[in-house]
Amino acid sequence: MEDKKRTILICRGTGCESAKSPQIQAALEEKVQGLNVEVKFTGCHGMCQQGPIVVVEPEDIFYAHVKLRDVPKIVESHIKNDEVVERLVYEDPTTKEKIPTYHDIPFYKRQKRLVLRNCGQIDPENIDDALARDSYAGLGEALKMEPVEIVAEVKKSGLRGRGGGGFPTGLKWEFTQKAAGDVKYVLCNADEGDPGAFMDRSVLEGDPHAVLEGMIIAGFAISAKQGYIYCRAEYPLAIKRLQIAIEQAREHGYLGKDILGSGFDFDIEIFHGAGAFVCGEETALITSIEGNRGMPRNRPPYPANEGLYGKPTLLNNVKTYANIPLIITNGSGWFADIGTENSKGTAVFALTGKIANSGLIEVPMGVTLREIIYDIGGGILDSKEFKAVQTGGPSGGCLPESFLDTPVDYDSLIEAGSMMGSGGMVVMDEDTCMVDVARYFLDFTEKESCGKCVPCRIGTKQMLTILEDIVEGRGKPGDIDRLEELAHGIKIGSLCGLGQTAPNPVLTTIRYFRDEYEAHIYDNACPAKQCKEFISYHIVDSCIGCGLCRRNCPVDAITGEQKELHHIDQELCIQCGECYEVCPPKVFSIEIHTGEKSTEPEPVLQVVTG
Amino acid sequence: MDQFTFTIDGQTITAEDGMSIMDAALANDIYIPYLCHHPDLEPVGACRLCGVEVDGRPMVMSCMTPAKEGTDVRTNSPAIYQARKVAMELLIMDHDMDCLACEAADDCDLLKVSAYLGIQPEQLEGLRPLGRQLPIDDSNPYFQFDPNKCILCGICVRTCNEIVGLGALGYINRGIETVVGTFGDKGFVDSICESCGECVVRCPVGSLAPKKPQLAAREISTICAYCGVGCGIHFGVRGDEIVSTRADRESPANRGSLCVKGRYGFNFINHPDRLTTPLIKKDGQFVESSWEEAITLVADKLSNYHGEEFAALTSAKCTNEDNYVVQKFTRAVMGTNTIDHCARL
Repeated sequence: MEDKKRTILICRGTGCESAKSPQIQAALEEKVQGLNVEVKFTGCHGMCQQGPIVVVEPEDIFYAHVKLRDVPKIVESHIKNDEVVERLVYEDPTTKEKIPTYHDIPFYKRQKRLVLRNCGQIDPENIDDALARDSYAGLGEALKMEPVEIVAEVKKSGLRGRGGGGFPTGLKWEFTQKAAGDVKYVLCNADEGDPGAFMDRSVLEGDPHAVLEGMIIAGFAISAKQGYIYCRAEYPLAIKRLQIAIEQAREHGYLGKDILGSGFDFDIEIFHGAGAFVCGEETALITSIEGNRGMPRNRPPYPANEGLYGKPTLLNNVKTYANIPLIITNGSGWFADIGTENSKGTAVFALTGKIANSGLIEVPMGVTLREIIYDIGGGILDSKEFKAVQTGGPSGGCLPESFLDTPVDYDSLIEAGSMMGSGGMVVMDEDTCMVDVARYFLDFTEKESCGKCVPCRIGTKQMLTILEDIVEGRGKPGDIDRLEELAHGIKIGSLCGLGQTAPNPVLTTIRYFRDEYEAHIYDNACPAKQCKEFISYHIVDSCIGCGLCRRNCPVDAITGEQKELHHIDQELCIQCGECYEVCPPKVFSIEIHTGEKSTEPEPVLQVVTG
Repeated sequence: MDQFTFTIDGQTITAEDGMSIMDAALANDIYIPYLCHHPDLEPVGACRLCGVEVDGRPMVMSCMTPAKEGTDVRTNSPAIYQARKVAMELLIMDHDMDCLACEAADDCDLLKVSAYLGIQPEQLEGLRPLGRQLPIDDSNPYFQFDPNKCILCGICVRTCNEIVGLGALGYINRGIETVVGTFGDKGFVDSICESCGECVVRCPVGSLAPKKPQLAAREISTICAYCGVGCGIHFGVRGDEIVSTRADRESPANRGSLCVKGRYGFNFINHPDRLTTPLIKKDGQFVESSWEEAITLVADKLSNYHGEEFAALTSAKCTNEDNYVVQKFTRAVMGTNTIDHCARL
């Protein structure tokens, strides 16, 4: 079977690259010399925790956690002898079942990959690979259409902005198309900044041509000649691949003068963002490209009328543009058949947190949170209880178990108090303190506030300070009401989306987990047993006196003779949890108590009078 | 200019094209609270206090929103009051409230808006004082900048950009750490700041404040004596001493602006070293003399020279008319074109 033509795909997304996939590629190329095998690299497959990922086609075999030393084995066993290397095959973290073929893996089986259609499939630095999978076919068709027809198609498709706001894309295109002005711009927002989110990065690294194609079609539709991609400088690989893609597109006549002989001129430049989260807000992004400090400004006027350099400007997210070629090629009807009534197409999420399979997923709009978390994500790690899921990044909300059957679409999530956002999804288990979660997200937004408007600049800091007080044992009666009052004031009063949504994590955790706030403030207890101020560690009778905890305690708070019950000195203990971690699971003699401090008797003050 | 009408709180208002809701309200003596707005500057909508309802749509910033014919504007509603109250409480908790020690205490917009909204100390309970202790920049000889009192309205930054055209000020850092500062966060004196004080006079609180200011008892309107521009200036006077200056907004020469000399350079007037009579050096000593004696002496000496033996240097502190006469004298009487002017002020 040696003469069978095979292709070995090595993932070289940022995650796999950092795990030495370029070296693996080089080693494979060397080893397969003389064999009928093509080795090529691709963008991200989405399941980064399994990386480096190597896929062998046509058998569709998915190897996970491949190391440099595994290369000879893959070549000798699989390529030369047709024997799949069982050891390297993907193992389901929940069922421990070995699943050799890529498309049988539950993580992928339930997905519908439109935006990510080429990620992990093509060499992003080779335009021929993209062309073989119909890249720029949509552009060819679009150039034969009238600009108004293109806008009508986009409108009919029901596509909404994938940056999180969910504004109807076609409407935005129509406004910009109709706006008066000879000079117009097309901007792509690639300033992805939510903690843990890497959807846009993966598309740019894995399929840059899809984004370029979407932008060129947009340029033709609104009569723009220049496009800019605002990409954060923290994405060097994405910028590099985009740059290569732009140059290759120019060479092939997809960018530049007289594109495909249509008479239409359009070019794209990359603008490096300097790392401010707020520059993902459209007016701040525009201000930043203009060379000023990236601070948002009031709308109206909207960018469609007065955007970059005061000219009509169309600004969409990476994933929005990546959808456009598909809509043009397959028709708006095809796209509108996917998803729900008001949310068409697919949603891309960076699934992370206490979940078995974390990674990048793409699902049709309307699937439930439960399907995403349990069917694709494989459920909660270590058989723990699900507690909450945060969607929409730091601007989103935390939804409890009762919302697991909520369909994932723009409107349902907003109604639940969260939002689609640009696509972060953090799953939390029973060990997560929801007050601390709110504090964590506020800590992020507070630091990323641009400082321009009062409610956001000072309000997020004020809320953060109160939250810090609560988790550190200084909470006061009235704090919950005060947080809610501040949150509403900040939501209604802030200038831009950052401030208007920053209170969401606080509001949703109060709404759904109010008892946890109350436990911290009134009962000196952290129900999740996470906040150090409220917990104490105790050794119970099952202790076998092995001494592991005593030896590992960094502050020598544990005493006890060998083979005898040990004891923790609460005065010395710093609640680091080391003893809990090292106590053998079979013994399991460390307990975490919470809510006990209030029972300690207050020292009695004696008043002595003469 | 076209006029139109709309209503504010049920009252019919006449406005002109291009007016914001706030412009129209203020022109009709309807107060809307604000801190970041200034009539000389482009609006930015940063303080979020001037929110109003337009046709039932909540919270548009009246400083940024053009007044529109036939609209129904409400400057107050429970929702708007609540948003303003929250913003104001936040500002107070982030502000150095040592008002007795503040230069702006008698003219502080923060206090004014706080009083308008009826903020009471007890309602601040439960909010945490953010109490930052940032260093005061007193590097400038004429004014100081106390970031602990700054409310980040941005009026100083916009003044330097839009009125002075210098751009010496900008924002540094993000979030609560955001401060107004100069390039590279150097002190004012080491920056490109020209110390004109335009930002200082517009600061709505005591963050940018003149050093050792004295309250004037009365004002005298005159023309600045420094140069030929002839800026209109109001001197604040206490007894027979000039203690403050204020630019004349009505003067066509300066339209409310002054330079560093006009604004801060008045100490020489009452300075003991100031010359009040001509001095003539006699036997190696300067001796006070009369103007007649001095001018006669100069005229006598000048009559001994002609042409290239003579040169004149005049002063920008003279009026244009004075300078005209000096150059005429130099060319016509002394017979030379060698005349220059300090003009380096």
